[in-house]
Amino acid sequence: MEIAKVLDAKGLACPMPIVKTKKAIGDISSGEVLEVHATDKGAKSDLTAWAKSGGHELMKDSEEDGVFKFWIKKA
Amino acid sequence: MAKTITTRELAEKIVNQEETLILDVRNTEQFEDWKIEGGKAEIINEPYFNLLDGVESLDEKLDKNQEVIVVCAKGGSSVMVADLLDEAGYQNAYSLEGGMKAWSEHLEPVKIADLSDGGSLYQFVRLGKGCLSYVIESDGEAAIVDANRMTDIYEKFAKERGTAITHLLDTHLHADHISGGRKLAEIAGGTYHLPPKDAEEVTFDYAPLKEGNDITVGKTKIKVQPIYSPGHTIGSTSLIIDDKYLLTGDILFVKSIGRPDLAGLADDWVKDLRETLYSRYKELSYNLTVLPAHYSFAEELHENGEVSARLGDLYERNSGLQVDDTEEFKKMVTENLPPQPNAYENIRKTNLGKISPDTEEQKEMETGPNRCAVEG
Repeated sequence: MEIAKVLDAKGLACPMPIVKTKKAIGDISSGEVLEVHATDKGAKSDLTAWAKSGGHELMKDSEEDGVFKFWIKKA
Repeated sequence: MAKTITTRELAEKIVNQEETLILDVRNTEQFEDWKIEGGKAEIINEPYFNLLDGVESLDEKLDKNQEVIVVCAKGGSSVMVADLLDEAGYQNAYSLEGGMKAWSEHLEPVKIADLSDGGSLYQFVRLGKGCLSYVIESDGEAAIVDANRMTDIYEKFAKERGTAITHLLDTHLHADHISGGRKLAEIAGGTYHLPPKDAEEVTFDYAPLKEGNDITVGKTKIKVQPIYSPGHTIGSTSLIIDDKYLLTGDILFVKSIGRPDLAGLADDWVKDLRETLYSRYKELSYNLTVLPAHYSFAEELHENGEVSARLGDLYERNSGLQVDDTEEFKKMVTENLPPQPNAYENIRKTNLGKISPDTEEQKEMETGPNRCAVEG
């Protein structure tokens, strides 16, 4: 998977991970993939719901040592 | 900066039946799973991430002069949205401090009655989770039944009223919330009582809560009489207080009955549940006032915020008590059950003393509604 941009949102509390993700997705082109790193436990369900509402595709997510990673393909 | 409101202020509005408009900005899945309910609260859901570019979409739902309380999971996004509303000309936008996490912890004391010889009975309503716990006071002593994890609230209440906490009782091993009984007993030097059949795996000392072991509170002897009433758990024990009040634990609620499956033994416990509800309780006085350990529906709260009903009335109108056919009853309490409470297995282990999660983990485990009931 080719990553167009990586966003580090670790250590940020809600709503900042989503605020920053929204801004970062504006910097890439349609079809490109944004990788997001976050530590906020609420990030997963919010990112999933946010991606859905914007038509973006949450391709994959993972969790390791308390860090959540998400790969989002821009609509 | 937007104004804020505390969980206490919000709880008072709800209990006092004030018109309260809540804007919940969590995602819709979380909102549908668990939300603020009760009194005259009206609630709208609009996820915060839909409002980042502006709050105009709310203009048709909200009046700019009306008070609106913004709520999120932990109190971060609600501040942002309240600020956005404020900038957009909303005069009375407030953010709920601490969000649903704090709301889940708030306990609202409601006086139920005066007991004989100057004693009194309080119900502590956990509006955010539907848990009910009880404080029985008499002659400078207090007994607490089904205490929640937030022990400081009970300590403060006892201190303000000059009572010493002497007995802590759990009607059963809880699966939906972490008991504060054992911790309070340690802090206050009181005795922790638990039904022995629910306590076979515990890692600590306790006093057996069982029939015949009456407990007295204060010198004036408010009687706490245990009645064995299995079904939600094998040990579930009800308490008759001062010969007038029946604390049913998670066996009988106002609009529903207990579910038998939270310890993984639904089939074994259905018979017990049936026996308790359709025989044992029927032998008690129908004039007892039922005080359960939970409620599930906002409409179960009376005008003053209490949750209670006369036992005889429940035999007339609680749908879980109207099923004559044993097989039909079995189906009702074992099939199509609602989802289990969040983290219920680890909550049971915590209450048994087998695991000791830290406070933050305990808060996470208790997220969501209680889900201890099955509706007939």
